[in-house]
Amino acid sequence: MCECSNGNKDIYLPELCTITKRRMLNGTELFMHLEKDSGEDFDYIPGQFVEASVAGIGEAPISISSSPTQKGLELVVRNVGSLTKVIHGLEVGDKLGIRGPYGSTYPLEEAKGKDLVFICGGIGLVPQRSFIRYALDHRADYGDITILIGTKCHEMRLFREEIALWEERKDMTVMETIDEGHDCWNGNVGVVTTLIPKVESHLPNSQILVCGPPIMYKFVLMALAEAEVPQENIFVNLERRMKCGVGKCGHCQMNEHYVCQDGPVFRYSDLAHVPEAI
Amino acid sequence: MSVSTVTKEQFKSFVAALVDSDQNVVGVQAKDDKFAFGELTDANALRLDYDVTILPPKKYMLPQREALMNFEVAGAAESVQPDEKMVLLGVHPYDMIAINQMDELFSQGEYDTHYMNRRNNITIIACDVVTDSKNVFAASMNSATCDTGYDILLTAIGDAYVVDAATDKGQALVDMMSGANEATDADLKKREAVHEKNIAALNKHELECKPSFLPKLLEKAYDHPVWEERARLCYSCGSCNQVCPTCYCFDVQDEVNWDLKTGTRCRAWDGCLLTNFATVAGDHNFRKKRADRFRHRLYRKGKYVPGKIDGQIACVGCGRCVTACTAKIANPVEVYNTILETTELR
Repeated sequence: MCECSNGNKDIYLPELCTITKRRMLNGTELFMHLEKDSGEDFDYIPGQFVEASVAGIGEAPISISSSPTQKGLELVVRNVGSLTKVIHGLEVGDKLGIRGPYGSTYPLEEAKGKDLVFICGGIGLVPQRSFIRYALDHRADYGDITILIGTKCHEMRLFREEIALWEERKDMTVMETIDEGHDCWNGNVGVVTTLIPKVESHLPNSQILVCGPPIMYKFVLMALAEAEVPQENIFVNLERRMKCGVGKCGHCQMNEHYVCQDGPVFRYSDLAHVPEAI
Repeated sequence: MSVSTVTKEQFKSFVAALVDSDQNVVGVQAKDDKFAFGELTDANALRLDYDVTILPPKKYMLPQREALMNFEVAGAAESVQPDEKMVLLGVHPYDMIAINQMDELFSQGEYDTHYMNRRNNITIIACDVVTDSKNVFAASMNSATCDTGYDILLTAIGDAYVVDAATDKGQALVDMMSGANEATDADLKKREAVHEKNIAALNKHELECKPSFLPKLLEKAYDHPVWEERARLCYSCGSCNQVCPTCYCFDVQDEVNWDLKTGTRCRAWDGCLLTNFATVAGDHNFRKKRADRFRHRLYRKGKYVPGKIDGQIACVGCGRCVTACTAKIANPVEVYNTILETTELR
């Protein structure tokens, strides 16, 4: 197999990985654990993404949900298009092509010794889980850990068992809310911003990590501004169409920034002059 | 490296020999009342007096559609690396400058072997413009002449060409030209006169500032009414993208063969003016408004791409978008001049 050309690797060639575990997290979200067929382990930092592909169907950027402190790579794929529909049909033992990891990372080093507040909307929890698990595996390195999770409805809630385990821990705080109330749900009802006042005193000195659907950022960032959180302390993890992942194809561009290279994790204060960002 | 002079007849004999050799030769030829780059099979068909080609020569470094890899469906893939050598005849200076920019963009950061292999396998014989096209404004963009990137530069002076070999590859070809003599001072003066003429003439639309001022100008133009005013007429057809020598955005698609077992992952030109260029899964379009897409193209040319290549402006003034645009709104000079005339620049 020719991977090289004048000593340069083909940046578009995926590496085959095997699905070692799979389960549905809800009606639309598939969780997968992958291992490289080469036997090597994955080398990445929380916040990064990979290009996942099935030859013959296509390729798409997918957030990494696992932490590099564990073995293998975990992805969560929503059944939303032609590629993801095929991925949902894959079984344990089937292959997925992976390129990457690509993009910027959460501020693992800078956040050391500081309190962390994760604000997650819907599948925004997926990439956030990478840093959450990393921080829990390096618990002594970080201050208080607070996780705010907003989900559209009870049925859509992700990682329920894992969240229950987090809730039992004495060294972190987890708050969940759902947009629409439900008979089986005794918790908070309302969008994720309704949780922000409950941790407000905590916010100004924390590192705030935000990930969710496009509409969520506007409201979360407004609430954080009201709570007088310095913009330097806020990190957003943005979604765009990162088709090539290597800063060439142009699809993920957000003004002069290529989200696949300068992002997906941005310090909010760096986006002051990037009107296409939020 | 040498600067020589050959007569046009002698040059034609050289091209005929080249066409008869096993080299793949591509040159500019007439296509109805226009011109296009295409495979050259007859030296007489070469038209170095052309005004502008329909598509820029970038299609030989970044083809409209090219295979990146062959695969087994749902299985492994094998890289496809182009290795065909080619002589590309008749690249105008503005297109040469555009190729130089793309060389930088595809080699910087993550090295794109597909583009770079094609590029490195091409020997470029550039030529100074003989006939100005109706919408060229290369002079406004400092690209009426060029001094790098080509292997050979030809300048027509009367019945002869001044042949400037800039690389070993170019010199090897010049060594094959029978009748090539060292260019005289008089020949070089004539070449200088051609350059001066082109710097004056290739300017059908005149930019009212130096191109190097565009990034600064655009810092103040983001909310200018010109985007909405012009984009109101935009069909989002992407013609301006397709004919542009510096547009290099692409999409990647998988094609499955008839056996349903194997296939090819291809990349194809894409365009930021097309409606769904920035649409993600779930149908969220991050650049939904026509005016935003229209602005994006002109910011890429004047500010964003220059930020990646040391300030070089990514519009070379070929004028193809001006000609291709059905709605007559694409002219970058008109847009930039409108902003210049209506913006407080302190």
